[in-house]
Amino acid sequence: MLSDYLSTVDWSRAQFAMTAIYHWLFVPLTLGLGFLVAIMETLYVRTKDPFWLRTTKFWMRLFGINFAIGVATGLILEFEFGTNWSNYSHFVGDIFGAPLAIEGILAFFLESTFIAVMFFGWRKVSRGFHLTATWLTAFGANLSAWWILVANSWMQYPVGCDFNLETVRNEMTSFSAVALSPVAVNKFFHTVTSSFVLAALFVVGVSAWYLLRRREQLMARRSIAIASAFGFVFALVTAFTGDRSGAIVARVQPMKLAAMEALYDGQQGAPLTAVGILRPEAQRTGGDAFYFRIDIPKMLSLMSFRSADAFVPGINDLVYGNEEYGVMPASEKIERGRVAVEELGRYRTAREKGDTAAITEIEAKFDRSTPQGAEFLREHFAYFGYGYLSSPEQIVPDVPLLFYSFRVMVGAGCFFILLLGLVWWLNRRDRLASKRWLLRTAVWSVPLAYLASQAGWVVAEVGRQPWAIQDLMPVGVAASKIPSGSVSVTFFLFLALFTALLAAELSIMFRQIKTGPKDD
Amino acid sequence: MDTITLLQHYWWLVISLLGALLVFLMFVQGGQALLYTIGRTEEERNMLVNSLGRKWEFTFTTLVTFGGAFFASFPLFYSTSFGGAFYVWMAILLCFVIQAVAYEYRRKPGNVFGERTFNAFLLVNGVLGPLLIGTAVGTFFTGAEFTVDRLNLANQGGAAVISQWATPWHGLEAVAEWRNVLLGLSVTLLAMTLACQYFMNNIDDEAIFRRAARRMRTFAVLFVACFVAWLLALVLADGWAVDAAGTVSIEPYKYLHNLVEMPYVAAALLIGVASVLWSVYLGWRGSRRAVWFGGVGTVLTVLSLLLLAGWNDTAYYPSLADMQSSLTIRNSSSSLFTLRTMAWVSLFVPFVAAYIWYAWRAMNRRPITREEIRGDDHQY
Ligand code: HDD
Ligand code: HEM
Ligand code: HEM
Repeated sequence: MLSDYLSTVDWSRAQFAMTAIYHWLFVPLTLGLGFLVAIMETLYVRTKDPFWLRTTKFWMRLFGINFAIGVATGLILEFEFGTNWSNYSHFVGDIFGAPLAIEGILAFFLESTFIAVMFFGWRKVSRGFHLTATWLTAFGANLSAWWILVANSWMQYPVGCDFNLETVRNEMTSFSAVALSPVAVNKFFHTVTSSFVLAALFVVGVSAWYLLRRREQLMARRSIAIASAFGFVFALVTAFTGDRSGAIVARVQPMKLAAMEALYDGQQGAPLTAVGILRPEAQRTGGDAFYFRIDIPKMLSLMSFRSADAFVPGINDLVYGNEEYGVMPASEKIERGRVAVEELGRYRTAREKGDTAAITEIEAKFDRSTPQGAEFLREHFAYFGYGYLSSPEQIVPDVPLLFYSFRVMVGAGCFFILLLGLVWWLNRRDRLASKRWLLRTAVWSVPLAYLASQAGWVVAEVGRQPWAIQDLMPVGVAASKIPSGSVSVTFFLFLALFTALLAAELSIMFRQIKTGPKDD
Repeated sequence: MDTITLLQHYWWLVISLLGALLVFLMFVQGGQALLYTIGRTEEERNMLVNSLGRKWEFTFTTLVTFGGAFFASFPLFYSTSFGGAFYVWMAILLCFVIQAVAYEYRRKPGNVFGERTFNAFLLVNGVLGPLLIGTAVGTFFTGAEFTVDRLNLANQGGAAVISQWATPWHGLEAVAEWRNVLLGLSVTLLAMTLACQYFMNNIDDEAIFRRAARRMRTFAVLFVACFVAWLLALVLADGWAVDAAGTVSIEPYKYLHNLVEMPYVAAALLIGVASVLWSVYLGWRGSRRAVWFGGVGTVLTVLSLLLLAGWNDTAYYPSLADMQSSLTIRNSSSSLFTLRTMAWVSLFVPFVAAYIWYAWRAMNRRPITREEIRGDDHQY
């Protein structure tokens, strides 16, 4: 059995990743298409032209088909924090739970009302009321994205909290530090703007297909006019926010950056690898990890630290240390982390024995308000998660996966700018319909957009390994204690179910597109 | 009461209210379970599905919010119960996943599996959803097999798990306790009773009305029998009490004592039960307004039952494996800071609720008719 080889943690990771990937197949389209539909409906309300009503309803129908399955996969994700990551839920629930709850209370409830008005309200409420609901659906969806991304960012960059010895968990000390951390703000903008691009490409792609078939030409051309302009602008913004993401990653998760770039030995004025092919792991020692590469000199230093000569630490520096640049070796972090974990063990013994002297002494160490406590927290507890690791090499994530995923995303991002710009310009000049190669490219860019978006999450999430919470809790410690066989069973159950539902979704979607807009 | 205690009670109230709303909104599940019983022709079934279809998102979102709010306010419950009673929660999740798509996809051309499959999804969710949730909630009063030891985090290696389950059944053992099952059955029957009342109100059709009214009688009688039996067992049962030092002990007639010591909860329970009974009477007489009383009554009843489980120094999730591991609102809550921040956020809820109310009033002015189902442009 496969389950003999994979541990509970691995199955839980697989299960969570699979659910998240399925969820993310539907979410970006919801985030972006909502706005495009709202723009079209605004045109309808302004012009009262039935053409726009028909167009709005067509895209709205596709929106609805996509939405339902996103909801289904989201529920699973939420509960999987408890079922599969029980320790994690305890250790950080005090911080992590709040955004999830706010998301439900504020965003999802509003969204489900707006959506009902949007789908069933055409003949029941006034035009203005309906239009407002459509806009609010779009904003509501993006608002829910905000909260879940706050939660995710906190795992990448835990801030605004303190460890409480008595409850043995991290507790929130500043809500604004959590909700407005730079990682969260940037992640939100990069995630939603890239989703707008995906949705724009979806509309452009479907419309291009109509043009290729010489069907629904008016709707296709007008939809392209809106979507390509929208998409072009946000493709530029995506590149900008993506660049900011890189700079932030360099500061808060240097190992992720080094792995994304397959930078083994750190250097000053580090170049950016535009394209390259990695050697197998065993051969990646020494100066050259690549069979072949094309570099942009000094670009990595410039992008990461906004200075062409800045030092960018490599994987080896982070694992084995680099005194010259003051990079602490992981072995030392492990030592420090162990001290913190052992202190917790001493605390347990002291409590069991009722040794009040020892209890007070240990409590003082975890008390930030005393100088001694502040020092212990900074010098030792900050590396708490390292205390569970057994070797320094464990802190390296999967380098090739990160390296290639990152390049797929960025390459696609640059390509989308060109594509959307060109489509927009030609469409304005009324010369698009004759460029069949371009229309075909537009159709094929739709799957590419999904691939790029998934690749982005792979970079963000795989790059965080082995941490469930950066530096504080490795995934192995985060998992629930359930037999790996059980998790593997639920993994395959969900896999089969989601795949079946995805097949139904795609088939319905294609059928609706083939049918085209309906007349009322 | 100091602030943290107050906030713990406040958040238990919020959770209980969400739970109560959830049980009421599960009339959607009840209606799905009766799809073939009340809908004889395809057109009738479509009317039922479309009538329920405009509400299913609310039930679903309430479930999601219930989960999120529980996580945020009592995280130790989240990590203990979900990670431990793994099979039960997974089963619940599975039967809600298939619901979410069933509405949207059942009659769309090209849906691969055919309308019958999606109808079957609705049926499965309709029966198993309330049954499983009801049974799981039963363990709030009868206990579950877990241990909690936070300082396990001090163990390096694989033994750092805080909450552990003491049986390999991971939650399935709850079925062995008849009171849990009885509660599960009660919730299911209640959902079907409410569904009949809802159809009588929401659909303007002679045949459906008659069938719904007839079924309501059967389900209401069965429900009342199951529920009264469960309630009697509850008042006579031992419960788990916590003292000021946090020590848990068994107290005979704990829930009866809670009723006596919290008369306002007892009053809410009485009004709730009376209101449900009144709705049954109204429905029996063929009134369209039964569902309003059924709904209010359900919310009050469930709310007061959940308050009995958590307030008045009661352990709301008793541990059968190690009594001192039992969860109380005090030992499982979030920090003062988090509870307070979230309490501020919860002040927005009335505004959200007001908007929802307003929007639905605009949408619901007329009940669903056969003509509408034939002509509407967005349909399930
Ligand atoms: C709020 C938290 C959160 C959010 C918004 C996401 N994830 Fe995630 N992800 C986790 C929280 C998380 C996690 C629970 O923390 C996991 C499980 C184990 C781990 O280390 O991280 C994880 C793991 C994980 C992995 C496996 C990494 C590995 O184990 O090597 C992948 C591929 C993804 N996720 C993909 C995604 C995608 C496609 C998302 C887009 C929706 C996504 N994640 C959003
Ligand atoms: C692990 C992380 C996540 C969890 C636990 C989660 C949870 C959920 C839940 C429970 C729902 C259903 C809500 C309902 O009842 O209507 C949902 C839907 C949704 N989620 Fe997520 N989600 C996650 C990741 C994300 C991310 C990263 C985004 C966006 C950036 C996102 C955006 C949305 C949107 C827009 C919806 C609306 C429906 C749709 O998917 O089309 N979610 N999510
Ligand atoms: C054009 C240049 C782009 C750059 C420089 C860029 C950069 C980045 C970086 C560095 C991350 C990792 C952030 C982290 O780990 O915290 C990231 C994540 C991500 N990217 Fe991009 N990206 C680009 C384009 C795109 C495109 C075109 C899409 C999709 C259509 C996309 C979708 C995503 C998503 C969904 C994530 C995960 C969410 C997040 O961590 O922000 N990106 N991107």
